Amino acid sequence: MAYTEEELKKELETKEYEYGFYTDIESDTFPIGLNEEIVVAISKKKEEPDWMTQWRLEAFKAWKLMEEPEWANITYPKPDFQAISYYSAPNSKPKYDSLDEVDPELLDTFKRLGISLDEQKKLAGVAVDIVMDSVSVATTFKKTLAEKGIIFCSISEAIKEHPELVKKYIGSVVPQKDNFYAALNSAVFSDGSFCYIPKGVRCPMELSTYFRINQAGTGQFERTLVIADKGSYVSYLEGCTAPSRDENQLHAAVVELIALDDAEIKYSTVQNWFPGDKNGKGGVFNFVTKRGICHTNSKISWTQVETGSAVTWKYPSCILKGDNSIGEFYSIAVTNNYQQADTGTKMIHIGKNTRSTIISKGISAGKSQNSYRGLVQVNSRAKNARNFSQCDSLLMGNDCGAHTFPYIEVKNKTAQIEHEATTSKIGEDQIFYCNQRGIDTEKAIALIVNGFSKEVLNKLPMEFAVEAQKLLEISLEGSVG
Amino acid sequence: MLKISNLHAGIENNEILKGINLEVKAGEVHAIMGPNGSGKSTLASVIAGKEEYEVTEGSVVLEGENLEDSSPEERAHKGIFLSFQYPVEIPGVSVTNFMKTAINEGRKAKGLDDMPAKDMLKMIREKAELLEIDRKFLSRSLNEGFSGGEKKRNEIFQMAMLEPKLAILDETDSGLDIDALRIVANGVNKLKNKDNAVIVITHYQRLLDYIVPDFVHVLHQGKIVKSGTKDLAHELEEKGYDWLKQETAV
Ligand SMILES: Nc1ncnc2c1ncn2[C@@H]1O[C@H](COP(=O)(O)OP(=O)(O)OP(=O)(O)O)[C@@H](O)[C@H]1O
Ligand SMILES: [Mg+2]
Repeated sequence: MAYTEEELKKELETKEYEYGFYTDIESDTFPIGLNEEIVVAISKKKEEPDWMTQWRLEAFKAWKLMEEPEWANITYPKPDFQAISYYSAPNSKPKYDSLDEVDPELLDTFKRLGISLDEQKKLAGVAVDIVMDSVSVATTFKKTLAEKGIIFCSISEAIKEHPELVKKYIGSVVPQKDNFYAALNSAVFSDGSFCYIPKGVRCPMELSTYFRINQAGTGQFERTLVIADKGSYVSYLEGCTAPSRDENQLHAAVVELIALDDAEIKYSTVQNWFPGDKNGKGGVFNFVTKRGICHTNSKISWTQVETGSAVTWKYPSCILKGDNSIGEFYSIAVTNNYQQADTGTKMIHIGKNTRSTIISKGISAGKSQNSYRGLVQVNSRAKNARNFSQCDSLLMGNDCGAHTFPYIEVKNKTAQIEHEATTSKIGEDQIFYCNQRGIDTEKAIALIVNGFSKEVLNKLPMEFAVEAQKLLEISLEGSVG
Repeated sequence: MLKISNLHAGIENNEILKGINLEVKAGEVHAIMGPNGSGKSTLASVIAGKEEYEVTEGSVVLEGENLEDSSPEERAHKGIFLSFQYPVEIPGVSVTNFMKTAINEGRKAKGLDDMPAKDMLKMIREKAELLEIDRKFLSRSLNEGFSGGEKKRNEIFQMAMLEPKLAILDETDSGLDIDALRIVANGVNKLKNKDNAVIVITHYQRLLDYIVPDFVHVLHQGKIVKSGTKDLAHELEEKGYDWLKQETAV
């Protein structure tokens, strides 16, 4: 069937999230509600030292006095924070005994994303044999990392095994009181990851497969802390292109990155939470605080591909404290149906000769709203700071919206700030051109979207880029005849 | 190969094509000329299956098959190629990537596997040479920032890659400099054989010195008002369209 814009619009609206389904996890779950006892109980359950318990309690006190922010360009029913259970121990009991029991459509998606059989099992919650590859791969990874002195473990483990590092850095970039969701996370975070790269060490592998295997099923209040010591380098991949079916509606994660002198952190995210059905029902609320601090001559690079969540509120940021430090933000955000995304970044220039680059690509379809919100702040001491921002929006149909809110605050006259923004629509002429060359409309849209997103896709580590590209394709697939 | 009978087509009650009859046999070259706005590009779009235009009467038959229910991509798979008068830009998609996708989609429709990368590269190299296209050019975004002439040459490069049965070249000559015109025309001639056919839409007899037509048709107000041989093109070049317009008004 050939295409008209009218048809495209209709089809997009009927796009369903094929992969959402309920799971009934038997687990050790706390009663709903939040108070000091619950916070203490979480800390106890995780066998944390007293300083950690106190730190959580401080956060809780601050949170009680805070109000949910209203300023983002999104609307949603406010979660009832007393109606949530704040602790649910992951259950090791597998959901299925074999892959045959898993939703074939989900498996099909996994296959098309190129996810290995072992990983498919892990992700779908199928029992994995101890001698299976995934486990031995993970073990090999761990050994290689340990040889270099790299610490890579869950945050709970780090709190127990490496308290001096955690104590020194946790909350140093995102303080407990930073914002409503960060405070909540600080009080009740369930688990997350910890990574430390010692001085001068170049992490020999993308921390990806390992991460993915181990993070399937992390809770709703995730806490991540990455420390790159002087002169070290790490590329860290978070999330998974595989669709996340999660019964937790509210997700409030905190990620802190610390790049010490001459260090470099590349942090890539591909996120595909359940976005809700075509009427905007259900779906995950994703309120994330991600921030990194750059010391002298260091560099932090955030790359993200977002296709999921009903509501996304997320601003990976860089504090460019050290002279000559560099912050980068590359983002693709896709919204469809009633999805709402308010994402962007903050680049805070404090040191001299600091540089930042922002490339944001928003793709909106259906009745979705896609906003870019960015702050570039140049402090008075930041001589010769430079920023380049580019925000491009691609619209599909007439019912969606793209919005750009660039905020620029400059307190040093030597700063150079450049901002570019474009909005375009996938045109019928483009589609017909592709059709005429034998490319059907669905493939044509994928091609155009990939072309539009190329600058950002290119920033992802190779294997992730291929997956992300397929994910974009799949997110917009089934949306046209 | 192609048989168009009593074709009426238009857009929202505005009839643009008013009963076109045209038969193109394998191995033939047909030229379509005619004043601005006479319906030449519309005819090309309707043959290619652009759904914006509604066909109200008549038929387009390719190798005995009525194309009525074929989508544009199906028609492409059947061997119809249109060199656009105004090629569109697709930012971020390289010429190579675009061609790779187009060729593999065509193969998929025929139940074939993707073309092996080695063969694809070899073919790209050959066809780029044929049209004297710098290979650096092929990694640029499709038509983005291309000069008018570059766009046209790129259209013919795509034609060379896709090896269509029926190629419709809509004013491919406009925008080409003298050397480029010769290169493109030579390219078309080399691709021409007894099994395929070409329809060239042009305003200038100059192109027809290179790509020599078997028949020349004049389109005026949505109808073919005169058909003839190559000499007709010379006559038009000399006399313009007025005499024909008068003749048909009578
Ligand atoms: N999409 C459209 N909407 C409205 N009118 C159209 C559309 N397409 C074509 N027309 C009209 O139909 C007539 C024929 O247009 P067409 O582009 O086919 O002419 P042409 O013979 O190719 O002219 P030219 O030599 O200038 O390229 C014109 O009057 C044009 O304005
Ligand atoms: Mg025309």
